[in-house]
Amino acid sequence: MTTYVEWDALAQVAIFGIIVGAGLPALFALGVRALDGPGTQRGKGQPRPRFRVILAWTCFGLVAAAALGAVIFIASGGH
Amino acid sequence: MTEPILLAIVVATALAFDFTNGFHDTGNAMATSIATRALKPKQAVILSATLNFVGAFLSIAVAATIAKGIVDSVAVTLPIVLAGLAGAIVWNLITWLLSIPSSSSHALVGGVVGAVLAGVGTSAVLWGGLVSKVLIPALIAPLLAIAVGSIATWLVMRITRGVAEKQNDKMFRWGQIGSASLVSLAHGTNDAQKTMGIILLALIAAGAVAPDAGVPLWVIASCALAMGLGTYTGGWRVIRTLGKGLVELSSRQGMAAETSSATVILASSHFGYSLSTTHVATGSILGSGVGMKGASVRWGVAGRMFIAWLITVPAAAAAGAIFFFISNAFGETVGPFVAFGILIAVAIFIWFLARRRPVSATNVNDEWDPHKESETFVAESIARHDPTIMRVRKRRLKKKKKRPKAPQQKKKKKKKVAKGKSKKAKS
Repeated sequence: MTTYVEWDALAQVAIFGIIVGAGLPALFALGVRALDGPGTQRGKGQPRPRFRVILAWTCFGLVAAAALGAVIFIASGGH
Repeated sequence: MTEPILLAIVVATALAFDFTNGFHDTGNAMATSIATRALKPKQAVILSATLNFVGAFLSIAVAATIAKGIVDSVAVTLPIVLAGLAGAIVWNLITWLLSIPSSSSHALVGGVVGAVLAGVGTSAVLWGGLVSKVLIPALIAPLLAIAVGSIATWLVMRITRGVAEKQNDKMFRWGQIGSASLVSLAHGTNDAQKTMGIILLALIAAGAVAPDAGVPLWVIASCALAMGLGTYTGGWRVIRTLGKGLVELSSRQGMAAETSSATVILASSHFGYSLSTTHVATGSILGSGVGMKGASVRWGVAGRMFIAWLITVPAAAAAGAIFFFISNAFGETVGPFVAFGILIAVAIFIWFLARRRPVSATNVNDEWDPHKESETFVAESIARHDPTIMRVRKRRLKKKKKRPKAPQQKKKKKKKVAKGKSKKAKS
């Protein structure tokens, strides 16, 4: 407790914050783009390409899993 | 003899502090979700209250910091804890009255440190812990939130550039429910723990638990409950001002900002950093303005947060020290009760002053420009703990509706005047 600035822990907060804090919204955005971005509608009434739907739900799933995992990690106090 | 009564008073005061914290801060988490109609007001409040409650159980690292990391818990006595708490509450009320942006978390730390300085001396304050666990994180976290918020918003905006606005809105409203929930959870984790820390400190001071004890379950549960209840009751008030979709944050921005707040707060809680959730939320919203093309960012908000960071701890410390001296002057048995009485009297006095003020406050707000970016209103009102800032906009909108034929030139003129004023205020 003699150090006045805990560079190590602060750096971890910063890295975690940027990766998760910016990564999760970006991943979610990717999912949205996959579902409704340009090129999804080939013609009127035609369904979306299947791989896009799968990609989108993989993104959403990853976001949910990451959020849940982060909370569990904090709750367990693990390192 | 008076020890158990005193302990009960300290615990009750700490829980009341916790309640007002929940009461204040629902807006931070749920305001944007309600505004973008992602959630109905009632659902939002219940969800937020529940998650605040759950969040309080997640971790106790911050509680340990408050109880053992910043002052020497062995040297502390009950009157000192009470004086510190009273100092923090009085400083909070004063800043609320004068609408100086402040942080209840910093005030709590400052009050306790001040009371300990006055009561025991400099030796009982763990300066290393105070600087590394409270002051530095309190400065860095909002800056980090600005950075993360801007990166997140930039990425989201870039990725979803080609998506139709309607689809974007629909999808990101769903995302916002998730991100707002995370914010509530993070808020419960960081803020409820501060109260736990104070109660633990009081319990150690009274000799009810050993100095190396952890946080008892009933303390965690009661803090969680106080915060959840505060969130629930406070929510209705926030909804009255926000519930009609007055604040039109883009749901993409909102989601990015909320996620960045939640991660910064959660990560900091993990390391036992006591930080201001309000400052982090405001930082994220500022960041989301930086990351979006064409959005205006009001840096004045950031400047005021910095000043608050500079002032709050010393001022609350002074208040805590004054309370200790008053308490000490009346002796050990009567003193703490006198201090508590003064706290109640000051609280009632300030409440009366605040009730008299609204007229002049709204007059001041009337000068503001309603065409400003809406997120600056959110940032402003969050930073100043004042939802009326957003309410003003509604009134002006109503006025505008009543006079639909208002000439275009007049509007421009008003805008210029307001701009000039805001520039003056900044300097």
